[in-house]
Amino acid sequence: MNDKKPKNVFKSGPISFEFIGDSIYKHQTKTSIGAHNIFLGQVRADNIDGKTVSAIEYTAYEDMANQKFHEIRESAFEKFNLTCMHIYHSLGTVKAGEICLFVFVSSPRRKVVFEALEYIVEAIKANVPVFGKEIFEDNSHQWKVNS
Amino acid sequence: MRITVKYFGQISEITQKEEEVLEIYETSIAQLLDRIYSKYEKLKNKEFKIAQNRELVDMNTEINGSEIALLPPFAGG
Repeated sequence: MNDKKPKNVFKSGPISFEFIGDSIYKHQTKTSIGAHNIFLGQVRADNIDGKTVSAIEYTAYEDMANQKFHEIRESAFEKFNLTCMHIYHSLGTVKAGEICLFVFVSSPRRKVVFEALEYIVEAIKANVPVFGKEIFEDNSHQWKVNS
Repeated sequence: MRITVKYFGQISEITQKEEEVLEIYETSIAQLLDRIYSKYEKLKNKEFKIAQNRELVDMNTEINGSEIALLPPFAGG
């Protein structure tokens, strides 16, 4: 697996529900799978000091981020008995209510996918250099920090 | 030695640029950072991590890569 080159995880703009649905549909042919688990990160309309977040503008250190996504993938495949795994993250503007992160794991058995998904999402939040500018309705902004 | 320094997110708001090429004599990350601070004083109040050739490094690391990046807090997901 280690000779695989990092894939490009980034998509421009929000991740559409058609894309997510289509990804699920494509797995119908993989009949060794008995369990899927999906994480969808959605932009929250946080209220901060009376102002509401209307969108997040994502940027990234793309080369490093794709490398980190690749490392997370490799280590998840090592730790868990996964049949497949897909990760997509948005770049650019994603409005409140839209999806900015899509993580999809599949395995023959359910327990594995619960553990694997949490591991992957937490690793993404902690280790991948993605930056988020929270845009308020009055066009002012602040920088998001993962807690 | 010639290196590219990359700035991201709120760091690039202060530097007003996303990257620059620097001719350096500094040998450690800490020394390079001193130089960057003297150029962009406001960075002193900012939290960031440093990557050399796309791997995180600490202050004492020797500079041997061609790409140094200043990374503000991550906000993916």
